[in-house]
Amino acid sequence: MITLTDYLILGAILFAIAVMGLFINRKNLVVLLMCVELMLLAVNINFVAFSRYLMNRSGQIFVFFVLTVAAAESAIGLALLIVVFRHRRSINVQELDQLKG
Amino acid sequence: MSRNWTSSRASRMMMLTLSIVLLPLAAAALTGLAGRGLGRRLTHAVTITAVGVSWVLSLFLVLRVLHGARLDRVLYTWMVSGGVRFPIGFLIDPLSALMISVVTFVSFAVHIYSIGYMKDDPGEIRFFSYISLFTFAMLLLVTANNFLQLFIGWEGVGLVSYLLIGFWFEKPSASAAALKAFLVNRIGDCGFVLGIALLLRETGSLDYSVLFARAPDLVGRMVDLGFGLRLPALDLIGILLFVGAMAKSAQIPLHVWLPDSMEGPTPISALIHAATMVTAGIFMVARLSPFYVEARGALSLILIVGALTALFMGLLGIVATDIKRVIAYSTLSQLGYMAAALGASAFAAGIFHLVTHAFFKALLFLAAGSVILGMHHEQDMRKMGGLRRHMPITYVTFLIGSLALVAFPGFSGYFSKDALIEAVGHSTIPGAGLAYPLLVLSVFVTALYTFRMFFMVFHGEERMDAHTREHLHESPWVVTLPLILLAIPSFGAGWVLFHPLLGGGYWDGVLANAAGNHALAPFRQETAWSFFLSAFGSPTFYLMLAGIGVAAYGYLLKPAWPAAVADRLGSAYRILLAGYGFDRAYLWLGTTVAPFLGRLLWRRGDEQAIDGLAVNGTANALGRLGSWVRRLQTGLLYQYAFTLVAALVVLVFWALIRTSGGV
Amino acid sequence: MVHGPWLSLLIWLPILGGVCLLLPGWRSAIFRRTFALAISLVALALSLWVWFHFQDGTSAMQFVERVPWIPLLHANYHLGVDGISLPFLVLTTFSTVLVILAGWRIIDYRQAGYFAAFLIMEGFMNGVFSALDGLLFYFFWEAMLIPMFLIIGIWGGPRRIYASFKFFLYTFLGSVLLLVALIYLGQRVGSYDLLAFQRAPLGLGVQIWIFIAFLVAFAVKVPMWPVHTWLPDAHVEAPTGGSVILAAIMLKMGAYGFLRLSLPIAPDASRYFAGLMVALSLIAILYIGFVALVQTDMKKLIAYSSIVHMGFVTLGFFAMYFMIGALTTESARMGVQGGVFQMISHGLVSAALFLSVGVLYDRLHSREIGTYGGVARSMPVFGALFVFFAMANVGLPGTSGFVGEFQVILSTWQASPWWSLGAALNLILGAGFTLWLMKRVVFGPVRSEAVARLPALDWRERLVLFSLALPVLVFGLWPAPILNVMRASVAHLVRQALTSKIG
Repeated sequence: MITLTDYLILGAILFAIAVMGLFINRKNLVVLLMCVELMLLAVNINFVAFSRYLMNRSGQIFVFFVLTVAAAESAIGLALLIVVFRHRRSINVQELDQLKG
Repeated sequence: MSRNWTSSRASRMMMLTLSIVLLPLAAAALTGLAGRGLGRRLTHAVTITAVGVSWVLSLFLVLRVLHGARLDRVLYTWMVSGGVRFPIGFLIDPLSALMISVVTFVSFAVHIYSIGYMKDDPGEIRFFSYISLFTFAMLLLVTANNFLQLFIGWEGVGLVSYLLIGFWFEKPSASAAALKAFLVNRIGDCGFVLGIALLLRETGSLDYSVLFARAPDLVGRMVDLGFGLRLPALDLIGILLFVGAMAKSAQIPLHVWLPDSMEGPTPISALIHAATMVTAGIFMVARLSPFYVEARGALSLILIVGALTALFMGLLGIVATDIKRVIAYSTLSQLGYMAAALGASAFAAGIFHLVTHAFFKALLFLAAGSVILGMHHEQDMRKMGGLRRHMPITYVTFLIGSLALVAFPGFSGYFSKDALIEAVGHSTIPGAGLAYPLLVLSVFVTALYTFRMFFMVFHGEERMDAHTREHLHESPWVVTLPLILLAIPSFGAGWVLFHPLLGGGYWDGVLANAAGNHALAPFRQETAWSFFLSAFGSPTFYLMLAGIGVAAYGYLLKPAWPAAVADRLGSAYRILLAGYGFDRAYLWLGTTVAPFLGRLLWRRGDEQAIDGLAVNGTANALGRLGSWVRRLQTGLLYQYAFTLVAALVVLVFWALIRTSGGV
Repeated sequence: MVHGPWLSLLIWLPILGGVCLLLPGWRSAIFRRTFALAISLVALALSLWVWFHFQDGTSAMQFVERVPWIPLLHANYHLGVDGISLPFLVLTTFSTVLVILAGWRIIDYRQAGYFAAFLIMEGFMNGVFSALDGLLFYFFWEAMLIPMFLIIGIWGGPRRIYASFKFFLYTFLGSVLLLVALIYLGQRVGSYDLLAFQRAPLGLGVQIWIFIAFLVAFAVKVPMWPVHTWLPDAHVEAPTGGSVILAAIMLKMGAYGFLRLSLPIAPDASRYFAGLMVALSLIAILYIGFVALVQTDMKKLIAYSSIVHMGFVTLGFFAMYFMIGALTTESARMGVQGGVFQMISHGLVSAALFLSVGVLYDRLHSREIGTYGGVARSMPVFGALFVFFAMANVGLPGTSGFVGEFQVILSTWQASPWWSLGAALNLILGAGFTLWLMKRVVFGPVRSEAVARLPALDWRERLVLFSLALPVLVFGLWPAPILNVMRASVAHLVRQALTSKIG
């Protein structure tokens, strides 16, 4: 029997993978974006699981919202990525330190 | 006294006083503001008319005062502060009436003289405006019935003196001398103001009348200065006020400004730096005589300072070579005499000498001015000589002035100065025993430097260059007329004034006398004639003759002798030439010590300590903190994200521990 | 008693005028400056109207306006003047007129903005002098800084950015503590009414903290040693008009704060700190006197001389706590009156001196003393006026500069002869640095061709300088009118300041 706990553990594992991806990845901005997407998916799994568990649909409705926003976000993210690449000829994360104080 | 006089008479007297005082002010204002529109001629006319009318009116005033009229009235209230009323008002009594007439007379003569002397000077109109303003300020000073007005006049004359010493302001020496005069006078004012402050504290008023009434109550009152210093209030007030007088009347050690003040035009030296302003200190002490007789300690100080000034400033006159400087030193010396008379509580003798001195010293200065005009503004006596043939009127009037100065019997100076010396000899004020020989000795000195100057200028060989000699001639009448005008009282004033001022009752109720001191008692029975005759029995007469004799020997008969003496006396001569080093000391204080202190406080204090450490130091410290903190800002997003998550984790754990701990 | 929104008019009319000046759509510069002048003249007339309808002989606030402002905080829009603040209203409006006249042709960069800044600042300064509510006072107090910051920062000299920041930060840091103290008092008293603050009993400990907070704010403004170093920089970099307002009005704010807030609200703490205050005042008089002596920049010299004169003001205020004997109250009143009179006189004299320096600066674009010499030869009228104002600065009797110094010296003796001596030494030092300046600038040989060819004063400069010379002379010859106006208020203040509030 797959219980709620299993879903939550899956979500947490996915989220942790995404976070680690963010930290460990030093090279590619695209991977960074993918990690963010992955985080959102982890959250979505939690939403669906709880929705089922609590017998409340709003969780599932939220998932649609999140998916929409995530799509928009990755679109904007990729657009920015292209702009950055045009400017700097690189999407290497370590070189993007313009925020340095 | 004023009750006998109806109020209409009193107000007529008030009007008279006001006219005398305000006429010169009106003339000064008119010529000062609209002088260029008026032109030279009208400027002369306006100022001379104003001062002349003032003089004539002052004679009326003297007549009224002789008939017993007095005036002590407030004109308006300057301010009311701290429960004290500070009025502007006039006190007309024998002393102020006498001073008014002397001031307006000398001023009138100097005004006329200046037409000739200041001709062709581009600042002529300004000059006339200044001297009229000066006359006003001086009149304000002598007519005051309270210390506030006295101080206003006091500073007013100081201001005009400053402006006139620096009249030729493009000459660096002139503007420096003006600054010096003002600053030295300010040292005196510092004491003067403190004296006024103490006076206000002790009597609660600045009116003379209140002070005179309360002075006897103050005897024995002590002032606690802290640090265990307790001084008698009366003496302290007296000394502080006298510090002001020391500056204004150029007593040692605040005399240094007067010789330098000769940078001003000569008419000014006559009016301000000989006849009137410098006697303001003497006048002030005499004015306050009912108070000063209670302040014995202060009187002793005045006596000693006066006597020292009389002798040591006279000595400087012997080595000076600038004609105006010699007369300036003689002024210093004579002021010392006057101060000594005041200190001996012989106030009448001091004022008497003030009056005669005003005449003969103004005469000497104006005559010297006439010489300077004739010599094309050459003032060095070593380049003069033999002028008696070219300038007869100047010669005769100068001689009269010199004889009066050395107190030759019959001349006005004799009556005042010998009476003064005798009075000091009779005085019982502590210090009189020291002062008397100093004064007697300086009779010899006076005669020596006066006739040294006289012989160097008017006798002997003609040492000027050929060009000057060709153009030597007697000065125009506007210059010689005032000389003659002044020569008359220089000779005759003693005869007329001797009995009234020293023997008679002119001063009753005005000038006081210290208890147990009878300095002036011998003159009660004397007449001018008997006093004249007594001259030939007194040692001062022979000392004076000796002085003239030495001068004649050195400067008429054996011109090489003085230089030999100077050589022999080497170091003493150099000390005299350096004026005892006072100038150097003040110069060192003013141009080395004060700026050094200023730079120290500015650079080290303001710029380094306050701005450097505190203000910019704080800014720099914040800057350094910032530059350290900015290193956290790497600009790498994944580090930010890591910090974010790490912080989140820490916070979550913390919250968990807290809640579980709470349970 | 007169009622009506006169004070509000005095505050908001110039501000409104200033805002109008900033609007676009003016046809030409001449319209703008005429408008600015007209507004400032109307404000002057209003303040004179208030002056002549003011009743002497009472310490009560007059022309009072009071409407709720922030009901939640119990803060009111509460205005009123007494004999102490009234002269400063007139001084403010008067100086603004002069500043606008002085900038008539000289300011060519963004002239409308320049005039607008001064008009707006005039309104705020009037607000400070008439506010009777703590928050309102603070509002005006801070608001006033902004136009001055802009004036120095936009129309200033080469180091204007440094100077304006120094000025702003210095004064702003001080003000923050002022706000804290005001809020504390507001919480404690239940309203922000300054008069209620003055009545509220406070323990010594609280008073000490409040006094310190006030002191930091006011000492910076006065300025007292050692927080004075912003002043020379600000003056040197400010345009002439800015210097005039800074010296004539802004420096008075600090001393006014002592009178309106510190002394009556925290009298016991004032007594507690009086020794420190007297010491700082005497340091200002003597230390700064020496510093002024060695300045080579005319404006800096006059700035330092301002600090010296403000030392007299604070000395006059705080020496009263050391007076003993029967004459204490009278002497204390004389000291405070002397201080206030010195503030007014200094407002006139320093304004005149800065304007005089401005006259020279406009011609040769140098403030260095060494550039000049023999100015009296080419500009005789100006030379006479400059010397006249210098004499007033020196405190010559017959000028207004004398009155306050005289009163302070007289009254201080009641506290200690030595302090009196310290103050009296300024007679020498003050004369030293001021007249030495005269000797080097006005007198002496003509320094250069440029100095020899200096053009004489034009009618506008004459108008400005003569209209300052007149009150300096009149109030020197007859200071009674000003002293009569302030007498009752000063007596009331001295009573408050000498009455303990503990318990």
